[in-house]
Amino acid sequence: MDKIFEKPESIRDKETHYCPGCGHGIVHRVICEVVDDLGIREKLIGIAPVGCAVIAYDYWDFDVTEAAHGRVPAVATGIKRSLPDRIVFGYQGDGDLGAIGTAEIIHAANRGENITIIFVNNTVYGMTGGQMAPTTLIKQKTATTPSGREQKTHGFPLKVCELLSVLPGVAYAERVSVHNPQNVLKAKKAIKKAFENQIKGLGFSIVEVLSPCPTYLGLSSKDAVKWVGEELVKEYPLGVFR
Amino acid sequence: MPKIKIDPEKCKGCGLCVLYCQKGCIKQSKLLNKKGAYPVEIIEKDGCTGCSFCAIICPDLCITVYK
Repeated sequence: MDKIFEKPESIRDKETHYCPGCGHGIVHRVICEVVDDLGIREKLIGIAPVGCAVIAYDYWDFDVTEAAHGRVPAVATGIKRSLPDRIVFGYQGDGDLGAIGTAEIIHAANRGENITIIFVNNTVYGMTGGQMAPTTLIKQKTATTPSGREQKTHGFPLKVCELLSVLPGVAYAERVSVHNPQNVLKAKKAIKKAFENQIKGLGFSIVEVLSPCPTYLGLSSKDAVKWVGEELVKEYPLGVFR
Repeated sequence: MPKIKIDPEKCKGCGLCVLYCQKGCIKQSKLLNKKGAYPVEIIEKDGCTGCSFCAIICPDLCITVYK
C-alpha cells in the first residue's frame, strides 16, 4: 500500500499555534508541497511577516527570516539583490501587506523585483485580537467595528490584486482561495506558477489567498469556510488578474 | 483498498475533513484528546475512495492517505 498523501518534507513535524480551522496551516503546507515539487528547498529563503504567521519559521524546514511589520517586500528585495541565485518569497497577511506595508508592496511590485509574495487575506487582524483590516468587508463586524464596517467612516475593502495588476512591473497576480479541497489544489497551482516565474526571472509575482479565520469571524470552522466560499469571493473574485 | 490514518493527538477538531468527506467516513469523536479538542475518527473503513479531500483540507497535517 502506497502513501498517496503525507506531510511534505519541508514542513516540520510540529504542532502549529493556529486556531482550529485556520487557513494558515493549509497555506503553509501548500507552499511546502510546491517547494518539494520544484526541488528548491536548499536555495529557498522565506520571509515571515508580523501577524498570526509571525513564527512561520518554526514550522518551515528551510531558511526563513523575519521582517518588521509590513516590510517583507523590502527585506525580500535586499536578499534577492544580494543573493540573486536564491529563491526568495515573502509571506504576508492582510494587516501586514494591506495596511502598514502598502508602500513597500506597491514599490516592490512597481520595481518589478524578481520575488514571490504569498498574501493571506482573512479580512481581520488575527494576532492582535480581530480588529478591522483594510480588507474587511462592508458591514462585517470586528473588534473595532462592532456595528459593522461602514464605507463612510472606514472606506472600501482594499483589493490588492486588482490594485497591483495595473503596474507594469508585475508579472503575475492571481487570487485563489482555500475554502474547499478543489480550491486548495488550484491555490497550489497558482503558488507553483508564482515560484516558477521567479525561477525563470520573469519578475514580481503575487498570489492572494482567501483564507478563513473562524475565531475572529465568530463562526465555527465549517461556517467560516462556507462564508469564504459564499460571501468573501463575491467581494474578492477569484482569478488571474495579470 | 484505500484507507486513511488520523493522528488524534495532533487534531484540533475543526471538523473540515468531516465536512468534505464525500462518503461520510469520518466523524467527530466524543472523547477529548490531550489538547482538549474533540479529534476526528474513522467510522466507515470500507467507504474510503482515497480521494484525499480530508487530507488536502486538514490545516494541521493530521491525515495520511494510503492507496
